[in-house]
Order: sequence, then structure tokens, then C-alpha cells
Amino acid sequence: MKNSFSLFIFLLVLVCNLWSCHTDPLLQPISKNTDISFVQPTNWPAPNYNFQNNTLTPDGFALGRRLFYDTRLSIDNTVACASCHEQSTAFAQIDHPTSHGVRNQLGNRNSPALFNLAWHTSFFWDGGVNHIENQPIAPIMNPVEMDESLPNVIAKLNADLSYRQQFKNAFGTEEINTQRLQKAIVQFMGAIVSNQSKYDQVKNGKASFTADEQAGYVLFQQKCNTCHAEPLFTDFSFRNNGMPITLDSGRAHITGLASDRFKFKVPSLRNLYFTKPYMHNGSIATLDAVLDHYMSGIVQSSTLDPSLQNQITLSAADKSKLIAFLNTLNDYEFVKDIRFKKQ
Amino acid sequence: MKSKIILIVIVATSLFSCIKKDDPAPPSATNASTKITFQNFVGTKPLVLNTEWYTNANGDSFKVSTYKYYITNIKLAKADGSVYTETESYHLINEAEASTKFFVMGNIPEGNYTSISFLIGVDSTRNTTGAQTGALDPINGMFWTWNSGYIMAKFEGTSPQSTASGKSIIYHVGGFSGLTSVIRAATLSFPTTLVVKAGTTPNIHIYGDVAEWFGFPNVIDFSQKPVLMTLGKDLVNLADNYQDMFKVSHID
Repeated sequence: MKNSFSLFIFLLVLVCNLWSCHTDPLLQPISKNTDISFVQPTNWPAPNYNFQNNTLTPDGFALGRRLFYDTRLSIDNTVACASCHEQSTAFAQIDHPTSHGVRNQLGNRNSPALFNLAWHTSFFWDGGVNHIENQPIAPIMNPVEMDESLPNVIAKLNADLSYRQQFKNAFGTEEINTQRLQKAIVQFMGAIVSNQSKYDQVKNGKASFTADEQAGYVLFQQKCNTCHAEPLFTDFSFRNNGMPITLDSGRAHITGLASDRFKFKVPSLRNLYFTKPYMHNGSIATLDAVLDHYMSGIVQSSTLDPSLQNQITLSAADKSKLIAFLNTLNDYEFVKDIRFKKQ
Repeated sequence: MKSKIILIVIVATSLFSCIKKDDPAPPSATNASTKITFQNFVGTKPLVLNTEWYTNANGDSFKVSTYKYYITNIKLAKADGSVYTETESYHLINEAEASTKFFVMGNIPEGNYTSISFLIGVDSTRNTTGAQTGALDPINGMFWTWNSGYIMAKFEGTSPQSTASGKSIIYHVGGFSGLTSVIRAATLSFPTTLVVKAGTTPNIHIYGDVAEWFGFPNVIDFSQKPVLMTLGKDLVNLADNYQDMFKVSHID
């Protein structure tokens, strides 16, 4: 009897200790059912960011996704990253020429679409942020976007037990600091890849272009590919594309160089169907009008891109073929991908 | 009896199974430590935030409310040319927080050292490699989020001569590449030999003179340039001014 009591105590202690190594199942991440591994698509260049110092894990991705959709990142708890970057519009913001921040403030630039960010070499229209991990804190602290301080964000997250558990799941301890906040958001943001458009299917031999799409592709390669280089449909450079001059000096705001005045980062042409309105200030409402700009609306200035000095010549038939091709770049799987939805 | 011992061993093992073990420290018979203490002055007057008045080289009077700078990549050199390099060497000196104005460097090979060198500011690598922590955490208010890069040194205060709102004088000195780089290297020789020896922790006292910011070679007129916080020549001029502001006053 004495021996069996000892055995009981022994087992109890053993079980308690084993249990202490495990997490309360109620606090487990919401979903582990989807594969979030980062795969470089066939025929694409190596990404600029490869998660080398920020190992992509289901827990880190789930935490980053929760943060991305959490309005507590803003000063009055009204604006989340997702407020200006909605999945249904390829993580851009539809019907808003410029972004809409806390206290109904408007920014001066169009919310860029978010996908394939791991290939980007700089962030924002002016490229002011030089590393994807430093991107998330810029809108959080921007007075016309989320206008929040880092100490406040960290205090709000710390006050939520479930966040502390999620940081522990992702990073090993409950500590919440700026670096972990940045890395978690990037585990979500950097893992968003859009590569399932018809164009991609064609390139992978799983579909074929219509005659108009193929003719449009040839036109694209003749007239657009210099800046909007395949397969990401941007060369990540900064160029003045002849938009009317405004007070926004673009890249020059970052570099201080007169030669960078009115230059903005070349955006990807993928998912154009979802991301209207267009241009850095959202001032062009339709794709048709964008092509009109390149055909007849170019504004001359000293920093105008050399490739646009003579405008782009397209017949009406060419234009519709080019638009047919551009519409093969829309990724309908990506905009409804369950992995990227608010959980 | 024997089974009880086994029982105890198993229970004890299970108790410890969740405790993360640290590797034992390597033997450090030949390594030792030194302390470095920063003291800020304006000319010969100790820097006192918010209350004391000072005068710059242009004759403008001013008070200081915020004064912070990065000291990084510290090296100690012996007379024979051998060098100790501190690992993860990033320190933010904040006048408002006494605990930031001194620190201990450990694991230094024993010996006699004759000089110290460091960067005033954060090296370009850490300006371009993503999320940082500790002294480099953006929460310290020394990081430009909209134009990536550290503010290497920050001075804020007031002056009756200022033409900015609230009579402010604000200088956020940043820039890590090319012509706009404000990263400056300082090498200071020791007035007496620094003897690094196990069992002792000598203290290197470094004096920094805030007045250098506004004096030679670029005299700053608070009425003309009360606020500077955009990459470019004005910030480079400030860094050129303050790069000589430090000296080792004594070692004790």
C-alpha cells in the first residue's frame, strides 16, 4: 500500500511536470491547418528577403496576421494595417485615391498593394524604408496613418494575455518588444505571394493566351517591359512617369537630390483589376485612362524618364489588346486565399 | 530502498527536464573588465537639463532639454597595436537617464591599453539590416521610420534667439551613407595607461563637450538654423563639429 501510494505521487509529479512543458490548448494559435511555407515560384529570381534571420513558422505567421488585422496598433484603436490594405483588393484600398488614417485624416499617397514584398528592395512610393522589417513601424507612427507610439502598442499587446501566449509560441518567451513586433508582421506580410494569375499558368504551360492576350503580350514586351519587368512586373526603380507635378517631390524627399524630384517607385502590374485607382496619388481611376496618360498625357519635366520622352504610341486596337494581356495578371486565387484572411 | 532512490532520481530528473541549461562560462583567467563613464559638459560647466543656461560660439544663449547619442563599435588598443573589440557594441547615452551614462565591458584580455576608439553613431550595416533591439530598438526614439536610419545624435532645447515655434532649437543628426553620412570615428588616447587585470574594474572617464556642436568649424547661429533634421550638408556640418567633442579626462 505504501509503495503504491509512492508510485501514485511519483506519477502525479511526473505528469504535472510533463504538462508544464505544454501550452494551454485554449491558447493555441487559431489555425495551423494551412501551409505557409515560403516557396520561390519557378522561373522567378531569388527573393531579396528570405526569412534567414526570421524563421517563418505557423505560429509567427498567425501572430503577424493577427497584428495586421488589429486596430489596437493605432492610437484610437480604429485603424489596422488591413484598413488600407484589404485582401479583396490585393491588399490595396479601393475607392480611396489616398490612404485614410485615424481621425479621418487623408494621406497624400495611394495605399500600395501588398504582395510579393519579399522581392522588394525598398518600401513606400518613395522607397524611404530600406528593409521590410522596418516597414511596419512607419505607418504605426505616421501622424496621418495610425499615429501611435511604440511604447503604447507594446503596452496594449502586453495587456492581452492571448498575445503574450502567441509571442511565446512564435519566439519562445512572452516578451513583446519592437523587434518581435516587426518580425512577426513580416512573417505574414513577407509570406504573401501572388503567383497564380493566368499569366503564371501560361508560363507554367497550364493555360494559353487568347489571340488578343498574346498580341497584347507582344505589345507589353515592346512598350512596357523596361520598367514593369517580368516576372514581378516592376524593376523596383524610381522613375518620373510624367504625371502632373504636385507638391510631392517623391524620391527626392528621401535622397535630397534634385535629380530624384517627382520620381516614384515603379509599381507591379500584377492584380491591376483589384487595385484601382492608379498612380502614386490615386489620381487615375481606370486602366483605360492610365494608358491614355502614357499615350497623350505625359507632362514634360527635367526628371521625366527618358523612355517616356516621346510618349507611347498605341492604336485603339493595340490598347484593347494590351488591356487584355494586363488582365491576365490578375490573381483571383490570391485575393480569396484563406491563409491571408482575418481569422 | 534501491527502488526509492531510483524513484527520487526519476522525479528529480522530470523536475529539471523543463529548465533550460546555460552552457558553463568559459574559463576567463586572462580576461577582465573595465567601466566607461560618459560625462557631458557645456564648455567647463556640467550639463544640467532644463534649468541651466549656456552660451554658444555665436553668443546665443540656450537651455538643453534632450541630449542623446550613440557610442558604438568600441575598441581598446594596446601599445603593441593589438586591439580588443567589444562584441555587440551599441550604447545609447541619454543625459536624462543616469544608468545609460556608464557601462562595463567584459571579457577583455588582460594587459596595458593606451587608447580607445569608437563610432559616434550607428554603423551603416545596422542601418540596413532590419529590425534591431536593445540600444538600437526604435522605441528609444532614435530611428527615422519614414526614411530608414538612426538618429546618431539628438539635441533639443530652447534659445531666445531661435526663430522656430516655441523658441525651440532641435537638431536630429542622421545619415549613414555617401555624402550625407554623419557617422564619425573618434580615437582618444589615455592620459595614463589603462591596466586591465582580473579582480579590478578600472573606470575610463570620458568628457563630452556639447559646446562643440555649435562652434568649430561651422558656427551655428540659432536664429538662422534653429531646426535641422533633414539629411544633408547642415547635419554633416554638425557632425563635423561634434566629432572632436570627446576626451578621456582620467582613469581611476
